[in-house]
Amino acid sequence: MSRGILGADASDSMKTRAVFVIGIALGAALTVATQGYLGDIWRIYSEDIIYLTKQHIVLVLVSSGLAILVGLPAGILLSRDFMRRYSETLLQVFNIGTTIPTLAILALSITLLGIGFKPAIFGLWVATLLPIVRNVFQGLREVPAHLKEAAQGMGMTPLHILRSVELPNALYVMFAGIRTAVAVNVGTAPLAFLIGGGGLGELIFTGIDLNDMQMLLAGVIPVGLLSMLADYTLAKGQFWLIPRGVNPLRP
Amino acid sequence: MIKLEKLSKIFETPNGGTVMAADKVSLEVPEGEICVLLGPSGCGKTTTLKMINGLIPKTSGKIHVAGRDTDTIDPVELRRSIGYVIQQIGLFPNMTIEDNICIVPDLLGWERSKARKRAAELLDLVNLDPSIFLKRFPKELSGGQQQRVGVIRALAADPPVLLMDEPFGAIDPINRAVIQDEFLKMQKELRKTIAFVSHDIDEAIKMADKIAIFKDGKLEQFSSPDDLLARPASDFIASFLGSDRTLKRLSLLKVSDVMLSGRVRVSAEEDVGKARDMMKEAGHKNIVMVGPRGRARGYLHLNDVVEATGTVEEHYQALPTTVNVDADLRTAVSQMFRHDTTWMACVDDDGFFKGFITQRAISHQLGATYRDTLAEDLT
Repeated sequence: MSRGILGADASDSMKTRAVFVIGIALGAALTVATQGYLGDIWRIYSEDIIYLTKQHIVLVLVSSGLAILVGLPAGILLSRDFMRRYSETLLQVFNIGTTIPTLAILALSITLLGIGFKPAIFGLWVATLLPIVRNVFQGLREVPAHLKEAAQGMGMTPLHILRSVELPNALYVMFAGIRTAVAVNVGTAPLAFLIGGGGLGELIFTGIDLNDMQMLLAGVIPVGLLSMLADYTLAKGQFWLIPRGVNPLRP
Repeated sequence: MIKLEKLSKIFETPNGGTVMAADKVSLEVPEGEICVLLGPSGCGKTTTLKMINGLIPKTSGKIHVAGRDTDTIDPVELRRSIGYVIQQIGLFPNMTIEDNICIVPDLLGWERSKARKRAAELLDLVNLDPSIFLKRFPKELSGGQQQRVGVIRALAADPPVLLMDEPFGAIDPINRAVIQDEFLKMQKELRKTIAFVSHDIDEAIKMADKIAIFKDGKLEQFSSPDDLLARPASDFIASFLGSDRTLKRLSLLKVSDVMLSGRVRVSAEEDVGKARDMMKEAGHKNIVMVGPRGRARGYLHLNDVVEATGTVEEHYQALPTTVNVDADLRTAVSQMFRHDTTWMACVDDDGFFKGFITQRAISHQLGATYRDTLAEDLT
């Protein structure tokens, strides 16, 4: 699998790979150097780590899944010609999601949805939505006009043009948006703990409050590994799912 | 095959004004002919073309394609029955060459294997090896190769009518000439009815059966290339065609059009005296010597052999150059100038002597049209 990435000499996938390798190496070095220390953490917190990591993954998957489900059609709709006059204004509405600090959104969502899992999902969903909508919109607008003209001139219907010409040619930019969004999502998810949403934030914030370094690391290390894993998986997806003719990563 | 009747297009500008992009354009392209829509940018030629397949909705007028009024046909169906080639080529980068060529057949619901077979045939037609190119992506092809694929993609479903919007505009001059020649060769067999937008007068002369010159949305003149160059209808057209328009006509005429008969000739073993008499009788200063089977071998000049005796073989000079009877006059004149000669022997593909051309005959032919016009004016 990793040979495929190595084969592509695009800098982006090389970076992903480098980050991944460095992460593993760092982890291994740490394990060797402070075996006793990390071993202690694992012995004390293994149950919590496994339980909370699962929670964390569910938070990320559900909120970013929903963001993709809503963001994709929203981006497509905004990019249509008849929406052109309103698209920038509407994008500003999505923009609000990123200008307001995530913590504030989480606090606000408590007033709407109470505490627990639901408001946490909502807060993460808002924070993730914009990069997805923005990139879907941008990707579709950047499809060269002459491709659409050729498609129309050959007798393709608008839906067919969207499916066979616009989306495949916008896929790379769209995927980049999803990658950014998920990276933001994984890093923001620990905040969910603050409104009772669970996840690895529980170990991190409690560790901070108790000034317990071991507990803090028990939360931070899995979050770091998770975000690397998510980015790596998406990089793989970007490499293999985008057609070769429009994939700058593939020769 | 394509018939436009008082076709007009009025665009509204953002500040409330209107622009007449096409003003009551009427013209007819007969079946199997290439009509080049020619003019400076903004003259309405592209607008007119795009109204034919409905990419730009017309304001008023009628369009008939293959005998049907386009108002009565669903635009999507209409476009599937008309081949369309654009300057930017517009191959879809996400699809292989095969899938690109098969777009319209697929839209029309052809059987998959039939469409794929057709793609391979078409690639063969433009000398691209199907086994190499079918599975490639557009980015792996050179510009010239992409443009060839762009053209055959438009031919995939064998439409009777083709619209081409500056199809060879983005290619370097050398490749362009090659592709134009290839296309004309294909057209000889396919006999499509073609509307072709260009701003290049030389391309128009080369490709067109008829040229339609546009200015400010109006059709200024609609005639054959030779007629257009010989009798431009207005000062605008004359200046658009260029002050060297008479020379441009050279490429429309063939050597055989102005060639003088090659019946006067001598063979190597004949007597010089006989050659001299033949020249005097025909009023020529030169005579061509042919080999036993009629190939052009050399020539005699009258002044060189005034007092000479013996056979022709003892006195002949080598021909400085010959020209093929099928070559255009532009080539012929260029050769004459290069060899500083006022006449040339014409030969066929196998080198057999067919006749000769002189500078006088060429200038006479080019001038004939003007004398005709003058005579008409006087009567």
